[in-house]
Amino acid sequence: MEIIFVLLLLMIIGSIVALETKDLLAAVISVGAVGLILSVTFLFLAAPDIAIVQIVVEVLVLVILIRATISRDTTAVSGDREFFGMAVSIVLLVVIVIFGIRVFSDIPQFGKPIIALFRDAPSNTYISRGLKDTGAANIVTSVILDYRAYDTLGEATVLFTAILGALAILRSKARKKLKGK
Amino acid sequence: MVGMTLIVKTVARWVKSFIFLYGIYITLYGHLTPGGGFAGGVIVACSFILLILAFGKEKALKRISKALASELDSIGALMFLIIALLGIFAGGTFFINFIQKNAPGQDFHLLSAGTIILSNIAIAVKVGSSLFMVFVILAVLRVVKKGDKLEMIQTNMRGEE
Amino acid sequence: MIYILCLIFFMVGLYGVLVKKNIIKIVLGLIIMEYAVNLFLIMLGYREGGVAPIISEGDSITEFIKHSVDPLPQALVLTSIVIGLGVIALMVAICIRLYEKYGTFDITEMRRLKG
Repeated sequence: MEIIFVLLLLMIIGSIVALETKDLLAAVISVGAVGLILSVTFLFLAAPDIAIVQIVVEVLVLVILIRATISRDTTAVSGDREFFGMAVSIVLLVVIVIFGIRVFSDIPQFGKPIIALFRDAPSNTYISRGLKDTGAANIVTSVILDYRAYDTLGEATVLFTAILGALAILRSKARKKLKGK
Repeated sequence: MVGMTLIVKTVARWVKSFIFLYGIYITLYGHLTPGGGFAGGVIVACSFILLILAFGKEKALKRISKALASELDSIGALMFLIIALLGIFAGGTFFINFIQKNAPGQDFHLLSAGTIILSNIAIAVKVGSSLFMVFVILAVLRVVKKGDKLEMIQTNMRGEE
Repeated sequence: MIYILCLIFFMVGLYGVLVKKNIIKIVLGLIIMEYAVNLFLIMLGYREGGVAPIISEGDSITEFIKHSVDPLPQALVLTSIVIGLGVIALMVAICIRLYEKYGTFDITEMRRLKG
């Protein structure tokens, strides 16, 4: 419990450093550090599946960001947007925090999830009958590929579309042909 | 010299097959231990990305070309859909686990969870090939100044044309 | 209390998106927001002294039901992380295109994007 507090504080500090530092390379590496701490936090929260996926995805994001955006002739951009917009956005952030504190007092306490409070929550069915129904010892896998496989189908579609979009945006051959006409 | 120094190349040559093997292990045992298709696919993609970073683009693209990666991407998505559609013919419902229902395997063994292991393999193929492809596209491009215009060119991994 | 820290973590990312001028910093802010939401969803399913939702050979099911954490948010966050990776790749591709067109990462100098 206390260790999660400490890790969360570290993550907040890391993200502030990432947003406020002048050097773009340092900012990208700070976000990578935040992601690795997040992976450790998932381990403490008893979610080893998520921890594995998070650590691998974090490495990939770091490599993509460094290779694709940090070129030698990148001009450093510093400073913020104009004062009025900044003031408005900070007021907005404060308002959201105030309402968020009010909302978070109504949801179940940390450490007492819905499956412990209600006997007929859907997760209780998954836990108690998952092994018998699907034969998978890992309940998370049985949820994503058997009980809720539609989610995974949608996820595959979204990933396919995103990759297709990236390929279409970066394709250079067709543009040259168009210019020649 | 294409790629990084000799030290990096030697270590990458030793390590790459182990990373690939670990990705396959994570995929196949996803229903018994932490892991699954997503993590396994990303690890398999990482082994090829290590190849690109250490040896340059050509050596990795000799093993798995861009067209092959694109085909594998579609094959993975189609495999997942076919597994789902087989459920209609075998069990009457989309996405039903028909193998486990008709012939359940022994619990806690590799061949136990019916279609889950097949779906894991399909998703690993899909995620791995698509992430490899997007890395190839994103990482070898570099914006340079040509005259007064900016242009994107393809480079090797040290930034030379 | 720990949820409020999570909210502050989210707000740091939102601050980056709203205030920063560099487009790479905005992408980093979006990544941080995604982290905060994933962490919040996993925290909602955590049970005090809980074990991971994986049955080992020889465990009794009744003991497992009493101690396991909620598997549902974990399954949803698993898909969310991979989708996040695809979205980040798309955002970086757009950033590279914008850099090619305008020669800068500064969003205030991309005049044709101004509303």
